[in-house]
Amino acid sequence: MNMTLLRTSEAFNMDKTVVSQLSKEKVYETSQLNLWYGEKHALKNIELDIHQNEVTAIIGPSGCGKSTYLKTLNRMVELTPDVRTSGEIKYRNRNILDKSYKVEELRTQVGMVFQKPNPFPKSIYENVAYGPKIHGIRNKKVLDEVVEKSLRGAAIWDEVKDRLHDNAYGLSGGQQQRLCIARCLAIEPDVILMDEPTSALDPISTLKVEELVQQLKEHYSIIIVTHNMQQAARISDRTAFFLNGEVIEYNNTNTIFSRPSDQRTEDYISGRFG
Amino acid sequence: MKLIDKTIVAKKMPIRLVRNTILKGLFFLATTFGLLVLGILLYRIFAQGIGYLDWDFFQNFASRRPEEAGIKAALIGSIWLMIVVAPVALLLGLGTAIYLEEYAKKNWFTSFIKLNISNLAGVPSIIFGLLGLTIFVRALALDRSVLAAGLTMSLLVLPVIIVAAQEAIRSVPRELREASYGMGATKWQTIVRVVLPAAIPGILTGSILALSRAVGETAPLVVVGIPMFIAFLPKNVFDTFTVLPMQIYNWTSRPQEEFQSVAAAGILVLLFLLIFMNSIAVFIRNKFQKRY
Ligand SMILES: Nc1ncnc2c1ncn2[C@@H]1O[C@H](COP(=O)(O)OP(=O)(O)OP(=O)(O)O)[C@@H](O)[C@H]1O
Ligand SMILES: [Mg+2]
Repeated sequence: MNMTLLRTSEAFNMDKTVVSQLSKEKVYETSQLNLWYGEKHALKNIELDIHQNEVTAIIGPSGCGKSTYLKTLNRMVELTPDVRTSGEIKYRNRNILDKSYKVEELRTQVGMVFQKPNPFPKSIYENVAYGPKIHGIRNKKVLDEVVEKSLRGAAIWDEVKDRLHDNAYGLSGGQQQRLCIARCLAIEPDVILMDEPTSALDPISTLKVEELVQQLKEHYSIIIVTHNMQQAARISDRTAFFLNGEVIEYNNTNTIFSRPSDQRTEDYISGRFG
Repeated sequence: MKLIDKTIVAKKMPIRLVRNTILKGLFFLATTFGLLVLGILLYRIFAQGIGYLDWDFFQNFASRRPEEAGIKAALIGSIWLMIVVAPVALLLGLGTAIYLEEYAKKNWFTSFIKLNISNLAGVPSIIFGLLGLTIFVRALALDRSVLAAGLTMSLLVLPVIIVAAQEAIRSVPRELREASYGMGATKWQTIVRVVLPAAIPGILTGSILALSRAVGETAPLVVVGIPMFIAFLPKNVFDTFTVLPMQIYNWTSRPQEEFQSVAAAGILVLLFLLIFMNSIAVFIRNKFQKRY
C-alpha cells in the first residue's frame, strides 16, 4: 500500500495534466518498449501507463502498431515468428517481458477480445466455461454460476439463456462478439484488451458493446483499440495516439479531443490524414 | 470516361456461358466414367463370387479343393494386422503431425523434414517391405509374425497419415487457437480442446484411406515373407499369419476355374471389411461434429 502511494505521488509530480485520475493505481507501466517483426521496427520507445478501472483508447492510422502494442500486453505477439522486443512492460510491478514470467499466468489476468468474433465451434455454455475449465474448475455448480454471471456481465444472458447448449455459430455477429466478451469475463480477469471489437458489428450491436464497456470498467481495466474517433471520445477516459510505431500523444480523452498538443494528433482526429 | 467497354462485355457473354456449360458437362462425364467402371467391376465380382459366399466360406481354412476353400485364416489375419497397424500408425502419425505443426520451429530444417515425409508417401510399397524385412524380421528377429508385418505396414501408411493430419491441423483457423491461448490455455490444452476436435474429421478421412491401403496391400508382405497358404489362426502377435489380399492373390493364380469364383468371394469379403472400416470413420466423425 505504501509503495503504491509513493508511486502515485511521484506520478503526481511528473504529470500534472492527469490530476483527476491520480487516485487510481497503475496496472501497466510501459517503458522504452521496442518491438521488431524481423527487420521491421514496429514499436519505438513506447512509454505508456495504463490505469486501473479506466478505459484507455488507442487510436492511430492503419499499420501504426496499435494491435502490436495490445498483443504485447498479453504477449500474444510471441505467436508470430521472428519477433524481438526490448524494454519493459510492468504489469502490477512485474516485468512481463521477462522470460521467467509465464504467459499462461499472465493471460489468466489479462483477457482479450479480438477484432473478428471468434467463438469456438462448441455450445454457448461450453464457450463460456472454456476458460474456467482449462484453469482447473470442474465443479458443475460453480461452472453454471460462472457461465450465467459472465453472460449477464456481457449483456447477452437474456438472449441466450434458453439456448445455452446450442452451437455458438448460430448467433448473430453482434451476439457472437458479446459471447466472446462473456468468455473473457469468465476467467475473471483484471484487464481486458479489445482490438477493434466493434469493427465487424452493426450500429446497434456496436452501441451495446460500447455500453457494456462503460459498465465493465467498474470492475476491470480496459484497453481498447479503435478506428472510430467518436467511439474513443464516447467511451474512453484516456486516449493514446500512435503514429508509425510511436506514441505521439497520451492524455485525458477530453484533452486529446479538445486541445491536442501535437499538430499530428489534431490532424488525425480532425480527419485530415490517416 | 468509362474504362469498361460494354459492347465487349456483351460480346464475350455468350462464350463465357457456353464455356461454363461445356466444362460442367465434362466434369459430369469424368464422374460418370469412374462410377461406370466401378459399377461394372462390382457387378462382375458380385455375379461371380456371391455363390461361394456362405457360412462355410467363413468357417473354413484355405484348401486345395475350391468347394472347401474358406477365408477364415485370411480374414482373421487381416483383422490382426489392423489391430497392430491402426494404433501404431495413428499414434505415431498424429504425434508427428502435431509436433511438426504445433511445436516445431518454422525453419528450413522443419520444411526439409516435411518435404521428405511427403516424398515418402510416394515411395513404392515394396521398398517398405525390404525395410521391414531388414529391421523387423531380421534385426529385431520378429520373424514373419503379425507384429513384423504390422510394423512394416505402419511404416508404409505413416507418411500418408502424417500428411493428412498435418493438412487437417493446419486448416484449423488461427483465430480459434488465439482465443484459447488468450485465456491462458497451454499449448497442450489448446491442442486437445480446440485443434484436435476441429481437425478430427479431416484426420480420420485421411487415416482411414491410409488404413484401407494397408488392408489391401500385398507387396510388402510378400517381401517380408508372409505365407499365402495357412491353416491355423495366430494366437498372438508373434505368430505367423496371412491376410485377405495375399489369399485372394493366391486363389487367382491357381489353374482351376472355380478358384476364380472363390477369389471373387474373397474380394467381396475384403470390400465389406473396407466398408465396415469406413463406416466406423463416418460414425466417429458424426459423433465429433455433434459435440459442437
Ligand atoms: N506478423 C507480422 N510480420 C511482419 N510485420 C508485421 C506483422 N504484423 C504486423 N506487422 C507490421 O507492423 C506494423 C504494425 O502493425 P499493427 O497490426 O500493429 O498495426 P495496426 O495499428 O493494428 O493497424 P490496423 O489499424 O490496420 O489494424 C505494420 O506496419 C505491419 O505491417
Ligand atoms: Mg490492428
